[in-house]
Amino acid sequence: MKFDTPAADNPIDRLRIVGRPADRIEGPLKTTGTAAYAYERHDVVRNQAYGYVLGSAIAKGRILAMDASRAKAAPGVLAVVTAENAGPLSKGASNTAKLLGGPEIQHYHQAVAVVVAESFEQARAAAALIKVSYEAAPGAFDLAAAKASAVNPGMIFGSPADTAVGDFAGAFAAAPVQLDETYSTPDQGHAMMEPHATIAAWNGEELTLWTSNQMIDWSRREIATTLGLAKEKVRLSSPFVGGGFGGKLFPRADAICAALGARAAGRPVKVALTRPLMFNNTTHRPATIQRIRIGATREGKITAIGHESWSGDLPGGHADGAVDQTRALYAGANRMTATRLAALDLPESNAMRAPGEATGMMALEVAMDEMAEKLGLDPVEFRIRNDTQVDPEKPERRFSQRQLVECLRLGAERFGWRARNPKPASVRDGGWLIGLGVAAAYRGAPVQKSAARVRLDGEGVCTVETDMTDIGTGSYTIIAQTAAEMMGLPLHKVVVRLGDSTFPASAGSGGQWGAASSTAGVYAACVKLREAAARKVGFDPAQAEFADGYVRLGNQSVALAQAAGPDGLAAEDAMEYGDLATTYRLSTFGAHFVEVAVDAATAEIRVRRMLAVCAAGRILNPKSARSQVIGAMTMGVGAALMEELAVDKRVGFFANHDLAGYEVPVHADIPHQEVIFLDEVDPLSSPMKAKGVGELGICGVAAAIANAVYNAVGVRVRDYPVTLDKLLAGMPETV
Amino acid sequence: MRAFSYERATSPTRAAAAAAKTKGAKFIAGGTNLLDLMKLEIETPSHLIDVCGLGFDKIEQTPDGGLRIGALVRNTDLAADPRVRRDYGVLSRALVAGASGQLRNKATTAGNLLQRTRCPYFYDTNQSCNKRRPGSGCAALGGFSRQLAVIGASEACIATHPSDMAVAMRALDATVETVQADGKARRIPIADFHKLPGETPHLETALEAGELITAVTLPRPLGGVHAYHKVRDRASYAFALVSVAAVVQPDGTGRVALGGVAPKPWRVEAAEARMPQGAKAVTAELLAGAKPTPENAFKLPLAERTLGAVLAASRVQAARA
Repeated sequence: MKFDTPAADNPIDRLRIVGRPADRIEGPLKTTGTAAYAYERHDVVRNQAYGYVLGSAIAKGRILAMDASRAKAAPGVLAVVTAENAGPLSKGASNTAKLLGGPEIQHYHQAVAVVVAESFEQARAAAALIKVSYEAAPGAFDLAAAKASAVNPGMIFGSPADTAVGDFAGAFAAAPVQLDETYSTPDQGHAMMEPHATIAAWNGEELTLWTSNQMIDWSRREIATTLGLAKEKVRLSSPFVGGGFGGKLFPRADAICAALGARAAGRPVKVALTRPLMFNNTTHRPATIQRIRIGATREGKITAIGHESWSGDLPGGHADGAVDQTRALYAGANRMTATRLAALDLPESNAMRAPGEATGMMALEVAMDEMAEKLGLDPVEFRIRNDTQVDPEKPERRFSQRQLVECLRLGAERFGWRARNPKPASVRDGGWLIGLGVAAAYRGAPVQKSAARVRLDGEGVCTVETDMTDIGTGSYTIIAQTAAEMMGLPLHKVVVRLGDSTFPASAGSGGQWGAASSTAGVYAACVKLREAAARKVGFDPAQAEFADGYVRLGNQSVALAQAAGPDGLAAEDAMEYGDLATTYRLSTFGAHFVEVAVDAATAEIRVRRMLAVCAAGRILNPKSARSQVIGAMTMGVGAALMEELAVDKRVGFFANHDLAGYEVPVHADIPHQEVIFLDEVDPLSSPMKAKGVGELGICGVAAAIANAVYNAVGVRVRDYPVTLDKLLAGMPETV
Repeated sequence: MRAFSYERATSPTRAAAAAAKTKGAKFIAGGTNLLDLMKLEIETPSHLIDVCGLGFDKIEQTPDGGLRIGALVRNTDLAADPRVRRDYGVLSRALVAGASGQLRNKATTAGNLLQRTRCPYFYDTNQSCNKRRPGSGCAALGGFSRQLAVIGASEACIATHPSDMAVAMRALDATVETVQADGKARRIPIADFHKLPGETPHLETALEAGELITAVTLPRPLGGVHAYHKVRDRASYAFALVSVAAVVQPDGTGRVALGGVAPKPWRVEAAEARMPQGAKAVTAELLAGAKPTPENAFKLPLAERTLGAVLAASRVQAARA
């Protein structure tokens, strides 16, 4: 099915099941511990052995020699695989560094060997017996130092590295009020609960991987490429994923090492990356340095806005798209953005929740706060004055929906924004200094081709199959709601099967497109199934209605179970997209409001309450959508206040590579959170009229917190995370 | 993790003797730190002597009016003991400021004293560390040092001691009771229990080969206002950037010990004479000679400000009482 004209009324608009806060249909499996995650799939194949990955001890250089003789002779060891004996290995286009390194070493903790043994403990103990001699080479590990040598990386996720409209330099120079500040964001880890894990089994030249992965079809292709197999010879199964955040978009060392280990050992092998390995072995969100310039009239109209960003990656890698939102969020006739990429020898950087906007909004929305203060304007009002209903780079291109102003106004009212004292460091509550902060939220709303297969059986049960993944987001439930709504069935009459490469290829979980795209694919398949069911009972498919378990035409009706009959009915289709997304700008908007308290003595920062107002098209399930947004807000607290992969610039690695050293928020850090979804349907997005919220929820949170901290204590921190040591010098004297 | 043999101790003296004569032996109780370190091969004992069956799980009054805490009393039980809460509030608060509920349920009093540093370079066996491999050097010097020591460290090691409990015990002048390999009992003042690194940072305590902690005793209650203020980036489940254990008397005199700043709980008795003059005067002497790195220099003003807050709060509390 092709979507190339705005969606008309369709069965989803009935909203009998879609749009309702249904509980997660797989929830009972998870709360009873019976949803088996990759490493726990003991039943899928017999005789599983254990693999343990050894990571490189240097960041850059070569392996001179490797002696695995003691490891091979250790108790229980079945095989030791290294680059030397693994056979030819290629590299998928989405991986920058090789998943099994050696002799060349590209980054710290790059896998250099996998030891396979009868037990995990035996494999781990044997891995410690491998003697590796390295020749370390000097590397570049410091973004600030490498900034001067950064280059134009070409396209970044479809956007050019340089954009320009009007005369930025002239307009900025002429602006009566100017801001020119530089911000930095650190490297961040995904730190998802479930580590990267895979069980691999070979059947001749056919490989099955039970794994933890967000993007089944992409990863199937990449694994086939890496191992030199035909794509059809690789099967992936990933029905449950314990968090990904972009860290599981592509295959990682667990998958390749499990496959190689299984081949060498001649039996199935399971591999999980240990937590201390994950931070340097896998991908991370890269650090950025961002310069923002804003010029405005004294009335607060932006006349010039410029955003430059520098990030680093291994040679051949990617730049962070931190400037992306600045092309679209605020009005202004004269604009520029520039993205530069430095070559660094740190572990490879890649996507993490809202790549681009998450880091970009951390800087832009502090700059907006600073500019509002220069102008003597309320920061909510300053943003409203610079709203635009058209793409500021292409005024002929409208936003499909844009309710930023509504989000800001409603949020200000609900949060009690009027109580904010614009003078910093002026509100106390006992030993705490209190501050309020605001930021806009913005994230693109791409849609991607997505396919599904639906079957109706003689019991009236509809089964949906698609390789879409549920990484904790609620995909199972919204897909079930979509099929139930389309077929006129109750939710419990729908079975959803996900994450298997034998199912039709979906959009996968990434880029905030999963919810809208995967349900649209199910919609397309259900349209076909409705046609088949109507035809079978002799009804005109265009006239037939599906409700309450029946297909009806006028006063005639047939139960769907009966229509399906003993042989059942099946249909498969994909939703594909025309050029609506280029004719219109599809985006999601929101506003974040935060209250913080800063200890007047110690400068410890604690968030007191948070509100997000989101406008993101039709909300398919307000309950799971809310969970997405509060999770993203929580991650935003981490980004604001604590998350930082500490770079050891001498050795070239992230030194705090465990969850004691890399702090993410705990329950005690997360206070009252509230989420409001504006009523919105977006007929330009898809027949579902939905967009995504999972990434919108993080964009802007950190800036709102940084702005609240400034309001509380009067110290402007432009280098994240905002930690107490950066506030101390500016704190009031204590007694 | 290396393979190891295992035995259950049947008596403290036999355990101490066995530990002294068995090469590579270590005691294990709660295992909340040791097992993690064994998995990473930071600790590689070849023999474990499980002391959990030895009793030592009571908190008793001593004849002089103090408390004797068995070595195996769990952190949760110690923090919740009514006598500890009433008379040694600084200790109860320090305990609940540490770790998580699950860990405190398992961790023991002696194990808490013996927990090892959280220095990131100690935790990565690819990096040099004089604690792990004496003589290999200290990768933390010039490295990521935000959490590390500002005082009491050396050119060989800048690690901090991670315990909260031990900081309170230092302020209370606790005594560590042990049984030695030859069966003799020994009493070690807590001030002498943890060693400064000097050139031998792998030697962390005064314990000799095989020596087993049996109890920690607290002297008679001090009265006064008890406070434990732990400063950290997140609200829970984090090691201290700086912590202050204090007991403040109504006349403004008292005791103070710091955590998160040194290789051991940091207390300088002479500095306590300055307490009536305020936090600045105390920390000037308490932290005299500090050698912070650029990354952790903030701990000096932070310690002063935190102590200031503690002293101010204790004045308010004293006035109320």
